[in-house]
Amino acid sequence: MKKRKAVITESECVACGCCVKVCPKKAISVFKGMYAEVNTDLCIGCGACMKECPASVISVEVFEYEDKEN
Amino acid sequence: MKTKKTKKWYDYLWIASTLYLILGFFNILFAWLGLLCFFIPLMISIIKGTKTYCNKYCGRGQLFELLGGRFGLSRRKDIPRWMKSKAFRYGFLIFFFAMFFIMLWNTYLVFAEINELKQAVTLLWTFKLPWHWAYHGTLFSPGVAQFAFGFYSIMLTSTVLGIVTMALFKPRSWCVYCPMGTMTQLICKTKNKYVTKSLNK
Repeated sequence: MKKRKAVITESECVACGCCVKVCPKKAISVFKGMYAEVNTDLCIGCGACMKECPASVISVEVFEYEDKEN
Repeated sequence: MKTKKTKKWYDYLWIASTLYLILGFFNILFAWLGLLCFFIPLMISIIKGTKTYCNKYCGRGQLFELLGGRFGLSRRKDIPRWMKSKAFRYGFLIFFFAMFFIMLWNTYLVFAEINELKQAVTLLWTFKLPWHWAYHGTLFSPGVAQFAFGFYSIMLTSTVLGIVTMALFKPRSWCVYCPMGTMTQLICKTKNKYVTKSLNK
C-alpha cells in the first residue's frame, strides 16, 4: 500500500514550529529546539506543513508500506 | 482537513507585539519592554534547551502569520536558497549583534554625557526618522531614552524587514533569519549535542 508522508530536511530546519501549528494530526513536533520531526504513524501526508514552512524544507513523499499484517 | 483548534492565551500575543509598536509611537520609553522578547527566548533555550518561545509565544511570528496568512498579504513563494543558508543566517546574526553593540555604545555616550540625546529612530540602520513627539523626558539620565530610541529602532527595522519578506515569500519568512531564532537554535544545538535522536515512531 502506498502512503504519503511528510519528510523534513533536518539540516536546513530553523525549528520555528510553524508546521506544528498547522498539523491537523499533531504528527509533527520540534525536537529539543533543533529541528522538526514527523511521527510517521500519525502523518496523513496532507502537506499542510509543507505549505506553511517558511524555509520550505518539508516535502511530501510517497512510501511503500507492507499491507496490513494483522 | 480543517480541524477546529481551541486557542490558548498565548495565541493572542500578536496583540502585545502590535501594541508594542504603537506605544513606542506615543512614548518611546515603552521600547524597554522589548527586552522581554530578548531575554525570555534566551532564558527558555538556556534553561530548558527548547525553542518554545518561537514555537508558541512569539507575538511577532503570530502577527506575520495573521497578516500574511489570514489577510493574504503574502505571495507564499519559496524563500531563496541563499536566505536559508547557514552563512546568511549566521552572518545576519553577527551583523545584528554588531549593530546592537553600536547602539549600546551610543547609549553609553549619552549616559557619560559625551553626546547629546538624539530623538530619532533609525530605520534599516540608515534612515533617521524624526521621533521627538514620543519623548517627554526621563526621570534619570537621557541615556535611558537613548537606549529606548535605539532599541525601538531595532524592533521597527526588524518588523519592516519581516513584513517585506512576508510579502515576498511565506508569511513567517522572518523566522528563517530571525537573529533570536538563530541564536536560540544554536544554544539548543549546543546544549542538546549529546541527546540521542528520539526514535522515529
